[in-house]
Amino acid sequence: MSAKQTTKTTYQIPIGPIHPALKEPVAFEFEIDGEKIVDVDVKLGHVHRAVEWAATKRNPIQILYLAERICGICSYCHPTAFALAVENIADIEVPERAEYLRVIQAELERICSHILWAGVAAHELGFDSVLFLTWQMREKILDLTEYLTGNRITKGIITIGGVRRDITKEHLPKIYETLNYFKDNFEKLRKIFLDDKTVRMRAQGCGILTKEDALKLCAVGPTARASGVKKDVRVDQAYFSCADLDIECITPEILTGEVNGDVYDRIIVRLLEVKQSIDLIEQCIDKMPAGDIVSEPKVAKVLATLKKASGESIGRMEAPRGEVIHYVKLEAGNESPFTWKVRAPTYNNIMPWVPMLLGEQIADIPIVAASTDPCMSCTNRVAVIESGKKYELNREELHKMSVEKTRRLMR
Amino acid sequence: MTKQLTPEEIVKSFKDEFKTKIKDIRIEKRTKSSAKHEFVHIWMKIDKSVFRDTVKHLATLQKYPHLAVASGNDLGKTIELIYHFSIYYGGHLDEISINISVELPKSKPEIETITDIIPGALITEREKQEMLGVKIKGIPDSRRVFISDDFPKGMYPWRKDETGPQKMARNLHEVKK
Repeated sequence: MSAKQTTKTTYQIPIGPIHPALKEPVAFEFEIDGEKIVDVDVKLGHVHRAVEWAATKRNPIQILYLAERICGICSYCHPTAFALAVENIADIEVPERAEYLRVIQAELERICSHILWAGVAAHELGFDSVLFLTWQMREKILDLTEYLTGNRITKGIITIGGVRRDITKEHLPKIYETLNYFKDNFEKLRKIFLDDKTVRMRAQGCGILTKEDALKLCAVGPTARASGVKKDVRVDQAYFSCADLDIECITPEILTGEVNGDVYDRIIVRLLEVKQSIDLIEQCIDKMPAGDIVSEPKVAKVLATLKKASGESIGRMEAPRGEVIHYVKLEAGNESPFTWKVRAPTYNNIMPWVPMLLGEQIADIPIVAASTDPCMSCTNRVAVIESGKKYELNREELHKMSVEKTRRLMR
Repeated sequence: MTKQLTPEEIVKSFKDEFKTKIKDIRIEKRTKSSAKHEFVHIWMKIDKSVFRDTVKHLATLQKYPHLAVASGNDLGKTIELIYHFSIYYGGHLDEISINISVELPKSKPEIETITDIIPGALITEREKQEMLGVKIKGIPDSRRVFISDDFPKGMYPWRKDETGPQKMARNLHEVKK
């Protein structure tokens, strides 16, 4: 840039498709004025794999396993939402015990996802020791998941009409041990994330999403709840056995008495939800009746019923990141579905990024983008185009800027 | 907030408002859990001409109806779009899903945008444009969202006719690199 130039011009920073803070490729184009973000454009679709199209060549049982591979973290929510839709169409009654087991699995996944997110958030702020602490805790919940389902990530636990594995008396000691471990360590996490002065300075008043915007842009999950929108499918609609359990929408005013809709509030909501999930699992274990865990254990029979079924329906449930909704249309005589539409929570949380990021600094991009907990995959390279001259700002440098801001504030 | 209507009252209010333009109304109720709680899905087919008014009417029931997503079907001669709304969220088990379906002729698949009523509808409208080849009139941003820019023009992944991806998937070797 020539030294003589006096007029202030904005410049663009493209971030992505392979990019910071996100585990999944998304491209941003930022319009920057000095340090301030004045415009944001989001480009999606870099990992469009035509999963929905592939499903029209498969039968519903096969789709469960395909759906599981949509997302590594929500590997339980997608097949479950699909199963819910199919059960609605074919009028399959799920045994009551299975409904409770489904809640337990969903809450385990929520704990796992939120703890993972807490680690990522800490990393974005430059607290790598907290990353290791939280992921060490996450390991416990993964061990429990493996113990209960046989797998750590793609669990293969759900089936149409119920679940595939029961939780028996022998399982209980290990479940309680893990839950107690979390209860004991919860205070530690709370102190790090909510009381630490530096975290407060980075997170409070940063990346604000107002209630109005959250409602208008149809935000879902913790992102919406942190802005004070009471919206949680577990509370709003009777699915699984959620109606029998004591659940409330978690909004930040429970703890602080006010709603700001900033990054700090999103941390509060997720932390409190971990506590809520532990409570829900305990409630389920207490209330769970004895009985079958699946309405029809023979897969061939289920498929025969579904081949005759025809109609359309939706399956909705609360994934860790918000509402997930699947639309399924089945035709009689055809084994594979006519249409299958998957809508993951991040889909609705893309647009709220724009009001969140406007007016923030470049160093805040990682934490603001991460605060909605988008589905992610990260590597290295951000190109900064400044007055036609292109230089590259890689993942490490952007991260370094974020860390430096934290250090600056700590002084 | 205004008084919450029962599913039957909601259906009635739509019927009163749009009379014959609205048909195939179906209230899907299923009970869950030991306490027999219900969840309700309302399905209705509406005429294209009143689509925007229906969404506006929905916005009178609750100020910000939540639009989850719009899905679509290729039904041969027509293209069906289904908008999945939900209202009355926030209260305990009060939520009602409202699924509004609208059919567009394939010869002229056009529909008005609802982004001015629900700004969050933008991504799903853009997706419908590229996936089903419908034209959303008045959409503020008509770029593609999920499929890449070098994907052939005039080919729509969710279509089941000759403009669908079937041929392309069979002959992948012919696709220009």
